[in-house]
Amino acid sequence: MLAAMSGGVDSAVAAARIAEAGHDVTGIHLALSSNPQSYRTGARGCCTLEDSRDARRAADVIGIPFYVWDMAERFHHDVVEDFVNEYAAGRTPNPCLRCNEKIKFEAVLDRALALGFDAVATGHHARLSDGVLRRSVDEGKDQSYVLGVLTRKQLAHAIFPLGDSTKAEVRAEAARRGLAVADKPDSHDVCFIADGDTRAFLSERLGASEGPIVDALTGQVVGSHEGAFGFTIGQRKGLHIDRPAGDGRPRYVLSIEPVSNTVTVGPRTSLEVRGIVGERPVWNGPVPEPYEPIRCTVQLRAHGEVYGCRAQLSGDLLHIELDTPATGVAPGQGAVLYDGETVIGSATIASAV
Amino acid sequence: MGTAYLDHASTTPMLPEALEAMTAQLGQVGNASSLHATGRRTRRVVEESRETIASALGARPSEVVFTAGGTEADNLAIKGLFWARKRPRVLVSAVEHHAALDPAHWLAENHGATAELLEVDEHGRVHPDTLRAAIERDPEGVALVSVMWANNEVGTVQPIKALAAIAHEYGIPFHTDAVQAVAQLPVSFAESGVDAMTVSGHKVGGPIGVGALLLARGVDPVPVLHGGGQERDVRSGTLDAPAIAGFAAAVRAAVDRRADTAERLSILRDDLICRVRKAVPDVIVNGHPTERLPGNAHFSFPGCEGDALLMLLDARGVECSTGSACSAGVAQPSHVLLAMGQDGARARGSLRFSLGHTSTVADVERVAEVIGMVVERARRAGLTSVSGG
Repeated sequence: MLAAMSGGVDSAVAAARIAEAGHDVTGIHLALSSNPQSYRTGARGCCTLEDSRDARRAADVIGIPFYVWDMAERFHHDVVEDFVNEYAAGRTPNPCLRCNEKIKFEAVLDRALALGFDAVATGHHARLSDGVLRRSVDEGKDQSYVLGVLTRKQLAHAIFPLGDSTKAEVRAEAARRGLAVADKPDSHDVCFIADGDTRAFLSERLGASEGPIVDALTGQVVGSHEGAFGFTIGQRKGLHIDRPAGDGRPRYVLSIEPVSNTVTVGPRTSLEVRGIVGERPVWNGPVPEPYEPIRCTVQLRAHGEVYGCRAQLSGDLLHIELDTPATGVAPGQGAVLYDGETVIGSATIASAV
Repeated sequence: MGTAYLDHASTTPMLPEALEAMTAQLGQVGNASSLHATGRRTRRVVEESRETIASALGARPSEVVFTAGGTEADNLAIKGLFWARKRPRVLVSAVEHHAALDPAHWLAENHGATAELLEVDEHGRVHPDTLRAAIERDPEGVALVSVMWANNEVGTVQPIKALAAIAHEYGIPFHTDAVQAVAQLPVSFAESGVDAMTVSGHKVGGPIGVGALLLARGVDPVPVLHGGGQERDVRSGTLDAPAIAGFAAAVRAAVDRRADTAERLSILRDDLICRVRKAVPDVIVNGHPTERLPGNAHFSFPGCEGDALLMLLDARGVECSTGSACSAGVAQPSHVLLAMGQDGARARGSLRFSLGHTSTVADVERVAEVIGMVVERARRAGLTSVSGG
């Protein structure tokens, strides 16, 4: 088996567990940047030389072979460029989800299978048994959402050894096993944006260009911005609107129109949606494809709220009717469907009404 | 399962003579620069070692400057001669080890040098005409020429004597990195005509962390390390007597046994090439067909990634090298293969097997057993990564 080791505590313990269970395990670290930074800036990321070293030391302690796989080109193309393009198109992508779909469980998995490995293990917090994906026992750390895009075939070759443990248990186990990463801070934010400033990252690539902020109720221009890509649906802070709203209530980003570079704002009530259309649906759970509507729940962003809903597949689209309205539903994010704790399918949010 | 260690060009096991000589000194106290009896005893060990190395390599004892290894010796030769000569042009072959290439580039970026790469042919050889033409562009401006004796990746041997003679016609000092050549080829400092020559301990069966720069009389590089003035004032630092003793014993033993070792290794190496060819008919053998190190076999496996091959072989107890690595552990296509005119894909699908004094026919058999299956798998993986992009 192949253990993907980021240099963090989770993937180190995951590798240790499957090695201890008697599997023949090889550790790999994915080099995702062709110019890795020498030192960790803050606590983020899985792309630095220091992370690579941490992964190697963990593999030494576990006693498994270790290699670095160069995935920089694929990562740049499938994750970084996709991230920039999605923002440019007025959507809000989730790069972790994309990385799981395209890198860890496509590029790496394909290569692993061709080289004779049976499966790829990662340190994600989610339960997987008999190909069925469920939430982690640690609700706060659950990562089933970012794995919800995986197909049945991908899940058939995936192993998540940490799903039955809490993060605290994983850290304690790492310390017990003598893994130096036991106290390493969790990674946050987008790993390829070293300083965490997504807006600066995007404007460097897309170029700053001034555009209007329009009030949806009055149709008036109430401010300006340096590029529509810097905004997310539901965003309230950082709008820098000079004039107060007519009703005196805070305004939120309602829509982003990349062609005219217009950001439309309005009251919170205008953000509420009940109907969601998802594209590129994946049906990966123990429930048959719902060509007739089924009752289930849906999560619309990482660590986001869970809504009761009715879902139905028709053609290449997934239609979701929420029981209660949701706010801040951003095209480009994943909609992951659950039956209780079990993931049953997902789609990329295309539009919401 | 035993291991077939076929990476002797990266480092080779210590010879018993070296181990004995070094361990005998490790328990002793003494600084070779001290004036008392203990210091004199240590100095004697160092000077006897210097004489041993000089006589084994056709040099005078005074021409041996001890360093902490090959990289330091290359840096001293290239930076030191550039600074001493006060001329801008640094001519180095395009297939040098990074220990020679990078100092040249660093001088260009920081000290006003122009680093000029001497082109090689498809086998990795620098032609004497190439060097002459390069010098002729501005003979007065050349600080030094550096061309390695034998290439660490593809094993190609350079026409060092002819190249050094051309440099001398113009009064230009000539340096050669001979870390791969000593112990495999007949190497005589005096006969080769070079002015400076790099030798490394651990490439010849001595310890890691010691080496020497052989410097002809009258060739005085500016020091890179300043301090107590040891080693002709060219290389300061307390001499590592135990390592130097081990280094000298290794050079002596390796040079004494060189002819037999070289013959044995070239037979094993040819056998390895035949068997790999049989298992993988479309394999490409890189480097010069005849002018090559006896222990070197270098292959390109079309459609494969070198790091996939290496990993699969490692899992089956065969240890070899993709030829070049960087600090992050991500393999870059070899600059040597690119300089030889190969495309990036072929360069990335390459492996070096390097044999040494402990290599046996069993090692070759181990490779023969697994290489076919390993290449087949790596090829499948290579294809997935191409089609998936």
